[in-house]
Amino acid sequence: MPWHRKHLITLEELSLIEIEQIHATATAFKRTMTRSVKKVPALRGKTIVNLFLEPSTRTRMAFDMAAKRLSADVISLDGSSSSTTKGETLRDTAENVQALQADMIVIRHSAAGSPRYLSRILDIPVINAGDGAHEHPTQGLLDTFTMKEHLGALRGRKVVILGDILFSRVARSNIHALVKMGAAVTLVGPSTLVPESFTALGVSVSHDLKTALADAEVVMLLRIQHERQASSHFPSLGEYTSMFGLNKTRASWLNPKAIIMHPGPINRGVEIDSELADGDRSVILEQVTNGIAVRMAVLYLCAGGQPENVMPTA
Amino acid sequence: MPALWIRHARIVDPAAKRDAVGDLFVVDGKIAPSLSAAAKKRARPLDARGLVACPGLVDIHVHFREPGQTHKETIATGSHCAAAGGFTTVVCMPNTSPPADTAGTIQFIEDAVERGAVVRVLPTGCITVGMKGQTLAPIGSLKRAGVVAITDDGDCVQSNELMRRACEYAKMFDLPIMDHCQDASMTQGAVMNEGAVSTRLGLRGWPNAAEDLIVARNVILSEYTGAHIHLQHISSAFSVDVIRRAKSRGARITAEATPHHLALTDAALGTYDTNFKMNPPLRTEADRRALIAGLRDGTLDCVSTDHAPHTDYEKDKEFDYAPNGILGLETSLAVTLDVLMRQNKFKLTRVIDLMTHQPARILGLPAGTLATGAAADICLFAPEERWRYEANAGFSKSRNSPWHGQTLTGRVKTTIVGGRVVFHDGRVVAR
Repeated sequence: MPWHRKHLITLEELSLIEIEQIHATATAFKRTMTRSVKKVPALRGKTIVNLFLEPSTRTRMAFDMAAKRLSADVISLDGSSSSTTKGETLRDTAENVQALQADMIVIRHSAAGSPRYLSRILDIPVINAGDGAHEHPTQGLLDTFTMKEHLGALRGRKVVILGDILFSRVARSNIHALVKMGAAVTLVGPSTLVPESFTALGVSVSHDLKTALADAEVVMLLRIQHERQASSHFPSLGEYTSMFGLNKTRASWLNPKAIIMHPGPINRGVEIDSELADGDRSVILEQVTNGIAVRMAVLYLCAGGQPENVMPTA
Repeated sequence: MPALWIRHARIVDPAAKRDAVGDLFVVDGKIAPSLSAAAKKRARPLDARGLVACPGLVDIHVHFREPGQTHKETIATGSHCAAAGGFTTVVCMPNTSPPADTAGTIQFIEDAVERGAVVRVLPTGCITVGMKGQTLAPIGSLKRAGVVAITDDGDCVQSNELMRRACEYAKMFDLPIMDHCQDASMTQGAVMNEGAVSTRLGLRGWPNAAEDLIVARNVILSEYTGAHIHLQHISSAFSVDVIRRAKSRGARITAEATPHHLALTDAALGTYDTNFKMNPPLRTEADRRALIAGLRDGTLDCVSTDHAPHTDYEKDKEFDYAPNGILGLETSLAVTLDVLMRQNKFKLTRVIDLMTHQPARILGLPAGTLATGAAADICLFAPEERWRYEANAGFSKSRNSPWHGQTLTGRVKTTIVGGRVVFHDGRVVAR
C-alpha cells in the first residue's frame, strides 16, 4: 500500500496499517544505523526546520539526528531565539519558515492543536513533535516499535502506563497506537491524574498498582509534570513515590519478562527507583536509539518516500 | 416621519398572545391601532405578505467594545449587526477599556450611541471597580447615569462577601445584577468543556461544576438578600436544575441561554477551530438538551447572544491563546428558530417571546411589545427563507462566527426602530 500522508499530526488518525508501515520503514533505517557510514542520501537537498517552541532535549536531538542521517539540512529554532518572543504570531513565524524555502517543519509547542493549525496554513509537511497534552506521535511510534522488538506482535499484550496521564501527550499517543495494535492497556496512577474519562479511548483505568502490574509485560512510566499542574493534583512527590513509584518490590509483580519503559526525562527516585532505571529490564536507552530510526521513517515518508513492505509479525 | 402601513403580515406579539395575519400601523414612531383612509394614502406601505412581523428583538447580552477596543467593534457597527439581525434593543456589557465603572464612561457610551447607533443600545455598569472583584463600583452614580444593570461580565465576582454586599446595595436602586457564573479557581487555564472531548484533545477542561457552584451561590445570595440576579449564558444541565428549584421557591432569579449553547456541543472542537471557543464553553449533548428543556418550561427566561467580536488576527492563533467569544447578532434568529422551532417543536410565538418580551421583562425595558402606543420597534422576517451567512460580508468589524459559510433558514427583511426603517433588504438604511 502506498504512503500518501503529508503531515504527521496524531496517531489517533493513523490506521493500523500506516503505523505498521512506519515501523517497517524504521526497521530498514535501523539497519543503516549500524553501518560505519550511517548517512543515507534519502533527503539530500531538502531542508528541515525544527521549530521547538517548548523546551526539549531528546526529541529535538533525535529529530536533528534523524534528519542529518537522511542527509537533509537542518535548522533548529527554539522558543527563546525565535521571534515569538517579540510578539510574532505562530502563523507569521511558520509562513516565514516556508518562505525561506524549508521543505518540512517539525514543531514542538505547548499549545495543543498547534501542529494541526499549521498543517492547515502551510503547504509543506508538518510533523508534530509534541503539542501540549495532546499528542506526541513519534514517541508513541518509537515506544510501540520498541515493544514489538521485545514482545513481537502486541495483540493481547498487557501494557501498563503508570503516572501522570492527564497532562501526558505521550500517554495519549501510546494509547491510540496500542489500542489499534490490539494491546490490553491499563492506565494507573492517582485518580486526579488518571481520570475515568480516559476509558472512552478504549483502555482500562486503575488506581490499584498491585492488581494492574500483575503479569504486565510492559510498564511505561511517565514523569510527574510539575510544570503543567496549575494546582495540586497530589499531596507531594514523596506521597506519589510511596503510592505509585516503581521500586523493586513492585517490579517483582510484573511478568518476569516484562520491560520497563520511560520516555524521559526521568526523575530518579520519584516515579522510578534509580536501580530499576539502570537495570536489565529497562529499555529506556533503547527507546532513545529507536527514536532516531522511527523519526527517519516519519521524515522520509512525509517527504514523499514510500514505505517498506509490512512483514507479518509473529 | 411618514406613517407606516405594514400590510398582510403574520403579526406575532407574544406579550399580547397575538398570532394572526393582519396590518400594523405606525404613527409618530409609535404603534397605532388604525389609520384613517386619508392617512393610509399618505403612509409608506410595506408589503409584508409571507413575513412575520414581531416586536423588534431584544438582546440583553452583547459586547460592542467601545470605548477602547474599537478595532473589534464599535457601538455603530455593533448596532448595524443588531439591525441586520432584527434586534432593536441591545444591552452592552461593561468590559470595555476602560471598564464602564464610572458615570463618565457611561456618558461616553451614551454619546457614542447618540452619534452612531441605529438601534437602542443600553449600557450596563460594573459591579466592582475595574471588574477586579475588590471594591464596589459607584453603583448609585452608574444607575443615575443610565445603566440598566450591573455586571462584572467575564470576571465573575469571586468573593461571596462582596457579592452579598453588591446584592444588598444594588437592590436599593432596584438594579438587577447580571452574573457570568464561573468559579475562577476551578478554571485556571481552561479553554473548553471538561470531558471526553477535552481528554482526547489534550485541552484543559472547564468543568460544569465551576458554573454550578456560582449559580448555586447566586441563588443563595439572591434568596438571602432579595436581590434580582440574572444568570448569564447558562451552559450546564446541573445549573438548569438548580435554577428550576430556585424558581419553584420563588427566588428572584432569571437566566438566559445563547444560540450557540443551544445549537452546538464540544464535539465541534475536533479541529481546534477558535471560532468555537467561547466562555462558558460548548458543552455536551446532555447539557444542550437540558438548556432546551429549560427554555421550554420557563426555567431559562430568554435567549441572548453574547455577541463578542474579535478580529481575525486575534482569533487566528493557537487554541490556547485565542480569545473567547463569537459573533451572534446576525445569526441569532435563524439559529434559534432552527433549534427551538424546527428541531424541538417550540411554537413560533414562544421563540419570539424568548427573544423579545422575556428579555425586556427581565430588565424592565419598555420593549418587546407591539401594544398600541408602544415605540414602533418592529422586526419583519421571512421564517422559511434560506440564505447563506458570510461573516466576511456581515456588518461587524470582526468575522468570528462558527456559522460562517453556512446556509441558515429564517431571514430578517426589515428592522424598524421607533417607526424608522433602519435595515431593509440586506442594507442598513439609517445611519
